[in-house]
Amino acid sequence: MQLYLPIAEVSVNAFLLLGMGGIVGFLSGMFGVGGGFLITPLLFFIGVPPAVAVATGANQVVASSVSGVLAQMKRKGVDFRMGVVLLVGGIFGSAIGVWVFARLTAIGQVDLFVQLAYVMFLGLVGALMLQESLRSMWRARDPQAPVRRAHVHTWVHRLPFKMKFRASGLYISVLPPMMVGASVGFLAAVMGVGGGFIIVPAMIYVLGMPTKVVIGTSLFQIIFVTAFTTVAHAITSQTVDIMLAMLLILGGVVGAQYGSRLGLRLRGDHMRVLLAIMVLAVSGKIALDLLLTPSELYSITSVSLP
Amino acid sequence: MIRAALIWLCLAQPALADETIVAGLSQNTVSITANFDGSEILIYGAVKRDKPEPVGPPLEVIVTVEGPPVQLKVRRKDRVFGIWINDASVRIDRAPSFYAIATTKPISQILSATEDLRYRVSITRAIRAVGISSEADRAARFVEAMQRIKVADGSYRLQVNAVHLTQSTLFRADVALPANLIEGDYRVRIFLTRGGNVVDEIERRIEVKKEGLEKIIYSLAHDQPLFYAALSLALAVLAGWGASALFRFMRF
Repeated sequence: MQLYLPIAEVSVNAFLLLGMGGIVGFLSGMFGVGGGFLITPLLFFIGVPPAVAVATGANQVVASSVSGVLAQMKRKGVDFRMGVVLLVGGIFGSAIGVWVFARLTAIGQVDLFVQLAYVMFLGLVGALMLQESLRSMWRARDPQAPVRRAHVHTWVHRLPFKMKFRASGLYISVLPPMMVGASVGFLAAVMGVGGGFIIVPAMIYVLGMPTKVVIGTSLFQIIFVTAFTTVAHAITSQTVDIMLAMLLILGGVVGAQYGSRLGLRLRGDHMRVLLAIMVLAVSGKIALDLLLTPSELYSITSVSLP
Repeated sequence: MIRAALIWLCLAQPALADETIVAGLSQNTVSITANFDGSEILIYGAVKRDKPEPVGPPLEVIVTVEGPPVQLKVRRKDRVFGIWINDASVRIDRAPSFYAIATTKPISQILSATEDLRYRVSITRAIRAVGISSEADRAARFVEAMQRIKVADGSYRLQVNAVHLTQSTLFRADVALPANLIEGDYRVRIFLTRGGNVVDEIERRIEVKKEGLEKIIYSLAHDQPLFYAALSLALAVLAGWGASALFRFMRF
């Protein structure tokens, strides 16, 4: 069934959109990532203009994150206190990020910067996660191996402004989560994504939060980041396509429910291996685009008539 | 300058008016509704003559359909430190968003280069790329590349032998409008040529506009952006909550 999208001004197959939303929602519910880094390239691929794809993708992520958070809340998988602390940091970070983005746009190399940022951060995060999760899988198979202590006290634990995060079972300073939130907010604004794929590993490895709380908390934070992005795009460039968003959302919310159910059955380390592989695949794809000789050297972008 | 323009205008008038076009379109408006999936326009007509048909080269017909103009930027990727990045760019002032030509014979056989330049018939001529040479070296290559991309995605079409001419009098052409149309006035031009020269020209317009839900959404997004944003978010949150509630209801 073909459907003409009023803002994107293209005609696309409605079932294709439902399916795309479903797959991304599934992954989103399972891994606690917003899926922005997947939905946007997929929309480009079916011919939706980039500006519309970015803005509408953000709107879709709001819905799948709400659905995911509600699913996680039932099993107490959301640390609200941690989420709010991350969000406070995130607001500062994204304000700086928006400014840097505007500077880069003025220079005219924002595309390249975004691509390089994707390759670098996705590659780094993916590789670290894969290495760590594989190691913990091998350790689980070999009961004689030395057990890693649950809490290693480092400089992080000597910082002031300590706070109890009961859901995460942590008693740490608010400064590290705020810094994590700020750097994620910054990257999210510059790269145009919710930032789930960065915040999830950061919460596991930097803050030492248990994997099962990480996903819900990440989704909780992503709701606000992407809601802000949606409003900003709708007001400044009118690029949110509500019809496109609704189709992606319908597929996405259903997918997210199944995803979070499957996520519960998966072991933490298995889940992290899968997420790492997915992140590395996207990173590798973008790296190839940069390295291989493109089949068409020229590209067209439309400039609105003055 | 003005004089040159006047001379040009005089020259632009068809030299021979013995044969004139009487033409019609199957529709004057195209409505883009939610299930819009392209549209077929039938352009038909006849040649009106006061005298018997002149001897000499046969009569040929060219039909063009041109979408509203847009401004484009064409970028070229270059390899810098091993990676491909957008480097040089050229701005094209006015290029039709859609352009289709239907002809009775290959265009080079039925339209001379000077007439093509005067009426801007062929795809190359329809793109107005004035003053781009200053922006980058070999700007012509950028225009060529743009045409190549537009032809590949179906925005620019050349349909040779797509005009059916019966007894040098009746003609008809079918032009398919793609699904990714933009709103605006589409200009339809019909040319009669003999021996490469334009004998008569006629122009019609097709109005392409969004209707129904498409129109409501589009106007809301542009006139009430804040409300539209709030609506988008509310729908997203509602859908997220709804799916969660539905699944809980179904499973437990």
